Amino acid sequence: MHPWRLKQRPDMRNVIAIPVLILIVILQSAIVSRITLLSGSADLLLIVLAAWALQEQVDSSWHWAIFGGALIGFMSRLPWIIPLTAYLLEVLMAQILRKRVWQAPLLAMFTIIVFGTLVYHLMALLVLNLSGTRILLGEAIRVVSLPSILLNMLLAIPIYALVRDFANWLYPTAESI
Amino acid sequence: MRDFFSRTLQTTIVFLVIGGVMALALGGFFGSASNLFSGSMVSVQDWMSSRYIAIQEFLRAPRDMVVLRQRNAELEAEISRLQTQMIELQQQVAETQILSALVDFSRANPENTYMAAAVIGRDPSPFLHYVIINRGSSDGVLSGMPVVTNQGLVGRIDAVIADAARVQLITDPGSVVNIRLQNSETEALLAGSVTGDLALEMIPQDITIEPNDIVLTSGLGGGFPPDLIVGQVQNVRQRDYELFQIASVQTVVDFSRLEIVLVITNFRPVDIAPLAPETTP
Repeated sequence: MHPWRLKQRPDMRNVIAIPVLILIVILQSAIVSRITLLSGSADLLLIVLAAWALQEQVDSSWHWAIFGGALIGFMSRLPWIIPLTAYLLEVLMAQILRKRVWQAPLLAMFTIIVFGTLVYHLMALLVLNLSGTRILLGEAIRVVSLPSILLNMLLAIPIYALVRDFANWLYPTAESI
Repeated sequence: MRDFFSRTLQTTIVFLVIGGVMALALGGFFGSASNLFSGSMVSVQDWMSSRYIAIQEFLRAPRDMVVLRQRNAELEAEISRLQTQMIELQQQVAETQILSALVDFSRANPENTYMAAAVIGRDPSPFLHYVIINRGSSDGVLSGMPVVTNQGLVGRIDAVIADAARVQLITDPGSVVNIRLQNSETEALLAGSVTGDLALEMIPQDITIEPNDIVLTSGLGGGFPPDLIVGQVQNVRQRDYELFQIASVQTVVDFSRLEIVLVITNFRPVDIAPLAPETTP
């Protein structure tokens, strides 16, 4: 569908989030989670949400975070509240940084990815330890979180470019037209 | 009349001279002159011929290039198609080998009923070691059923939906399996970790454990059937000031490359929670 048509019907643009996020979660589970560095793996949804929330013209990043978090919560053994809260916090961080470091979006992207991953992992560690699963914090940071951050940062630039193009297609600005 | 005889005589003389020269040439009397002449002829002809061929090639080249490029594109497409076919066939061969091994395993262990399932995903959280399989409640899979491969124990069904199920691997940090060591007849607990390493815990200090001892499920607790192979003891850590020994276990199952697993469908886990003593505050 032509972007102009989508612009005339704003609801349709939010509907696109459903197949896109389902595809991202499937890719995450089927492929990305199998590619590990030590015990860490990239979080595709976290990167996409960071890139999406940093786009100026996008106003649906909260919806994406809620739907994406719910999908991950459904698929993962982690309590659903953990990914949902972590992604909402990530979007909040992106909204704040978008206004403050708007001239350097990649810098903002890397900052969100580092802190977003750490916040997500710390929340997961806390809940898992409280529920009786023994995971040592130092070991988890060393073999899971730091490699995950590295993988997320490696994927950040290409995903940011893809998401920016997608946002320009979905929310055409005067400059892009 | 006179002119006629004169022209006939001239013609005759010319033919005779030519015939004589030819006869002399054929007789080898003009060898060097003949060679010189024929050599010059051949050189000129060779030069002419090569120039002609070069011009012809030049004129025909563009058309040939188009044909060659088209042919090249066709062949490249054919190579791509064959390479894709080859990869598909290799994948089928690998899958057949896995299935063949699983069939052998199920024949060797006829006391259990198995259902093959493909691993279609992993838990998105890197802290958890869970996989998702393509069999669910509509196939008769129930929560708690053990999952194995021909190489040993994999885990147990944690959650089920209609067409899929989530399996907790024994390497998960939240997994604890009751095991026994085949050689020493000692029972212990096998615990997973965030790195995927397996450790034996709760082994009394007075028990002697040797590397390469076989680790089997004990069946205690009712979570797994007894005598499923788990792995081998790799090394033992024994310290005087600790209450128990700790040993690391090496499994034969490659948990990072799980593709097809078997669900033991005739085993029902026993819930012993109601039998556990209640803790009073």
